[in-house]
Amino acid sequence: MLLVLFVISVLTFLIFVKLPPGDPARRLAGRSGTPEVIELIQERLGLNDKLSTQYARFAKGLIPWPGLWLNEEVYFSYANNVPVKEEIAERLPVTAVLMAGGVVLWLLIGIPTGVISAVKRRSAADRGAMLFALMGVSLPSFWLGMVMIYVFFYQLGWAPPTGIEIGASLPESILQGKFLLAWITLAVTSAAFYARMMRGNMLEVLSEDYTRTARAKGLSERRVIYKHGLRAALTPVVTMLGLDIAFLLGGAVITEQVFALPGLGEYALQSLGDTNTPGVMAVTIIGALFIVIANLVVDVVYAALDPRVRYS
Amino acid sequence: MPEPLLEVSDLNVRFNTDDGVVRAVDGVSFSIMQGETLGVVGESGSGKSVSSLAVMGLVNRKQADVTGSIIFKGQDLLTLPNDEMRDIRGKQISMIFQDPMTSLHPYYRVGDQISEAILVHEDISKKEASKRAVEMLGLVNIPRPDQRARQYPHEFSGGMRQRAMIAMALSLNPDLLIADEPTTALDVTVQAQILGLIDKLKDEFDTAVMIITHDLGVVAEYCDNIQVMYAGRIIESGDTDDIYYQPHHPYTWGLLQSIPRLDEHEDRLTPIKGLPPSLINLPDGCSFAPRCPYRFERCDAEDPPLVPTDGHHADACFLTLEKKEAVVREELAVNQ
Repeated sequence: MLLVLFVISVLTFLIFVKLPPGDPARRLAGRSGTPEVIELIQERLGLNDKLSTQYARFAKGLIPWPGLWLNEEVYFSYANNVPVKEEIAERLPVTAVLMAGGVVLWLLIGIPTGVISAVKRRSAADRGAMLFALMGVSLPSFWLGMVMIYVFFYQLGWAPPTGIEIGASLPESILQGKFLLAWITLAVTSAAFYARMMRGNMLEVLSEDYTRTARAKGLSERRVIYKHGLRAALTPVVTMLGLDIAFLLGGAVITEQVFALPGLGEYALQSLGDTNTPGVMAVTIIGALFIVIANLVVDVVYAALDPRVRYS
Repeated sequence: MPEPLLEVSDLNVRFNTDDGVVRAVDGVSFSIMQGETLGVVGESGSGKSVSSLAVMGLVNRKQADVTGSIIFKGQDLLTLPNDEMRDIRGKQISMIFQDPMTSLHPYYRVGDQISEAILVHEDISKKEASKRAVEMLGLVNIPRPDQRARQYPHEFSGGMRQRAMIAMALSLNPDLLIADEPTTALDVTVQAQILGLIDKLKDEFDTAVMIITHDLGVVAEYCDNIQVMYAGRIIESGDTDDIYYQPHHPYTWGLLQSIPRLDEHEDRLTPIKGLPPSLINLPDGCSFAPRCPYRFERCDAEDPPLVPTDGHHADACFLTLEKKEAVVREELAVNQ
């Protein structure tokens, strides 16, 4: 795990700090910056140091320890002249709320839809749900997001105007419903995909021998489906969820743009445009950390669900 | 004459598929007395498993058409509402399946799976049910049953899982135990143990047993009566001696010849030629006729009914009794 993070940090450093042609010092100095000023800035930002020294400086700030984590000497936004830590602190919660809401919503839609589809196989409900699923997986999220804004805000006026100010109170924004459309947009594709997957899993599990055993014991159909069936059908979903949450971070970038939410994705884009290398480094590493943690959580949950993968 | 425990009459199970109607079970009648062991023998697709699932009420009535009657202790199981059928299932009729590797739920402890069955049918505490589950595991000769009950199925061997299935099936002291190919997936050495165990517990619990198998050799020792099925029908039935020493149907002859014997020095076993017919398009006459070496004109034109020759022993074949007895004497060379 640590190795993964180390490799990612090196790659991020090389890709975003060394490869880009733009010189952040030149940019900071402005149009009238004299060579002396540029040199001064380069000196101050340590841009003239050896490559390993520069990396070490960045890497030190990536150690999650008070005093080291995103320390202000290095992780100081080139663009806005504030510590990266502060900028992240303002934006991380927005992304977190967006993602958490989206995931909860898609699981709440996807899993029950899939289960009902499987149990009432070939019924009108099943066909309807699968039609929804087919549509859901086919809609690109940036298009869906804009259509939703058009319909629910401009036409019907049900939804509040999009966009949240940087640093606005998050609970208040949630209550105002600022996240609703974004959550739905984020959830639809995955919900549709999960409904299909859940239906397939459930159908498979319900035709397993142990399901027949459960019925032969005289258990009620409900118990057969929800106790014996659901648990077995959920394990593949947990695995998928771990992978999907990682991809979700990428999806959130688009959604944040469409709904003007000042989250991490939006910050990463902005930092890239501003050659704000510390910002880019920080977001990338937070993303990587997040994926690694998500995978760890999946392993733990998987072991809780399936005794066969537990360590003895 | 005492009432039979289970009396199946004219049972038909038909599946509607895109290719046509599959007649999986076609007019089957049989009965089982209290404490009797009945062997049902036939190759794959002969309808033996489907008829047992029909008795359990486990044939999906949405996908299959089930007609006839299944009288169990005076009630017709086919007309019972679902919830009453559920009370009988597991408690009065229970079942063990072919593949013990997949028949237990991989995510739950073995003891819990057994006590779950007990708790559904009896109003006792969880603790008592677990205690009963451990007792049952001990009864099926699982060593250290209290520890084993806390383990998961993947920690059990195939034979032990089948023992656990037997423990589960007998935990509510059912009147009828259906064993659907209980030893097919097991090692030969374990097969005899499992069959011996079923036979022993059957006496202890005074349970009637219906053993389904494709191996006549398996049932010889334990069954009181045997019925042979082919293409969804019973083509011969009788007590075990009838079937072994006086078999009357060419298909039964074929089955007997395909069992390896220790008292003869034959290099090769004699298989039955050909394949069972498709259950969608059954031949007009006898369904075994296309594979039968003794067929004559009548076999292709008419469908032979199941006719008793002497009281109990019945078969569905047009050959004369003399001819049948001659074949048994000369070609099968069965030691009387």
